[in-house]
Amino acid sequence: MSARDEKPAQPPEQLHYATLLGWGTRTGFVVLVLAFAAYVTGLLSAHIPHDQLPRLWVLPLDAYLSKTGAPTGWDWIGLLAKGEYASIAGIALLSACSLPCLLAIIPDYWRRGERMLATIAGLIALVLLFAASGFLVAGH
Amino acid sequence: MRPIVRRAVALSMLAAAGLALALAAEPALAAGADAGADLPWWVWPLSLFFVCFALGIVAVPAGVGGGVLFVPIVSGFFPFHLDFVRGTGLLVALASALSAGPSLLRAGLADLRLALPLALLASASSIAGALIGLAMSAQVVQVALGVTILGIVALMASAPKSESGASVTPDRLAAALAIHGVYHDRATGRNHPWNVHRTPLALVLFTGIGVLAGMFGMGAGWANVPVLNLVMGAPLKVSAGTSGFILSLVDSSAAWVYLHKGATLAVLTVPSVIGMMLGAQIGARLLSVLKASVVRKLVLGLLLFAGARALQKGLGFAG
Repeated sequence: MSARDEKPAQPPEQLHYATLLGWGTRTGFVVLVLAFAAYVTGLLSAHIPHDQLPRLWVLPLDAYLSKTGAPTGWDWIGLLAKGEYASIAGIALLSACSLPCLLAIIPDYWRRGERMLATIAGLIALVLLFAASGFLVAGH
Repeated sequence: MRPIVRRAVALSMLAAAGLALALAAEPALAAGADAGADLPWWVWPLSLFFVCFALGIVAVPAGVGGGVLFVPIVSGFFPFHLDFVRGTGLLVALASALSAGPSLLRAGLADLRLALPLALLASASSIAGALIGLAMSAQVVQVALGVTILGIVALMASAPKSESGASVTPDRLAAALAIHGVYHDRATGRNHPWNVHRTPLALVLFTGIGVLAGMFGMGAGWANVPVLNLVMGAPLKVSAGTSGFILSLVDSSAAWVYLHKGATLAVLTVPSVIGMMLGAQIGARLLSVLKASVVRKLVLGLLLFAGARALQKGLGFAG
């Protein structure tokens, strides 16, 4: 029988990232599922009545927005009491959960003198922040 | 359980998944993909849940992300406008990538050093892709989607797979970033050291992949894995794991664009995400008992059908 190699240890920054990503993802899913359950059961009222949805989701985005007055950018925050936008909060959490992981590994790399990787992680965080800022949809 | 019984159970589950897919899509086919407003609203998210559950089952053993199946199939056979299907497809791919990410990183099957430089360019270009996709007419996007899906079928059917890695001489950029590692193969119990090369070419290719991912709302594992494996020379398992992790960054950027544009509907997104993730759990268990080649052929057939349907809709031949 051939000997098995010992499992190699993973770099600490990789484990750091994995731990934070695990927590962020779990939090996002919990919010997503609870908010959606409240939305479909009517526990949270809907911004657009459920029975109107089949006539609206067939429309192109611009027509849908003008017909429903649905928010763009960060305006959905003002509608968090509505079921569909409480669910959007879960989606936003999932879309944002890589950000703290990236920010956390920058000092890990920097301390070890790996400035190029620290800079790359910082630049990805900036790209994510830029996308999340809503700047790109200003004036929609 | 005896192997033959396990395989029979697995095939039954796959058949059940196919049946669920057919039954769930039935209202869409019966009503015509552009109709369906007369059906109760809850039929659609429920159908979406079952279709995504079935897609999740076949996606894992076939080695593709759920997003690449989701967008062409749902846009072809459900009444939802393509703008919303793409936003949902991105979130389906993102959710799958996020849930797998931590365990892939801990196991060393996803490598942070390999992923970060590629994810930087791909995540920036995915924003551009999402903006371009949302600015284009749905018909043009349908045609481009059909052509891309048929291209993916050709790529998947013809691409060889390389288990290389150790024999590769790292290029200057890979050496400067110390992109190398050792992964542990649980099947054999052996450690495999690996290196990569042609990093600048891979950076260019990942920029293009990011545009496609954002434009069509698909996870881009179908393109990531060949670039990591065949171009850079990373071992296949590290390529697959790192590809999944890169998706968690690339799809996050593009998902924000769809979210801010108002193209994210909770009623479509949440059942799709939950269905795909539950299906993927079963798919992961079937991985060891199903013949990968059989599932792969099934997925190629599905993609071929969905790609043709997207072209048909885009060119105006659809009913």
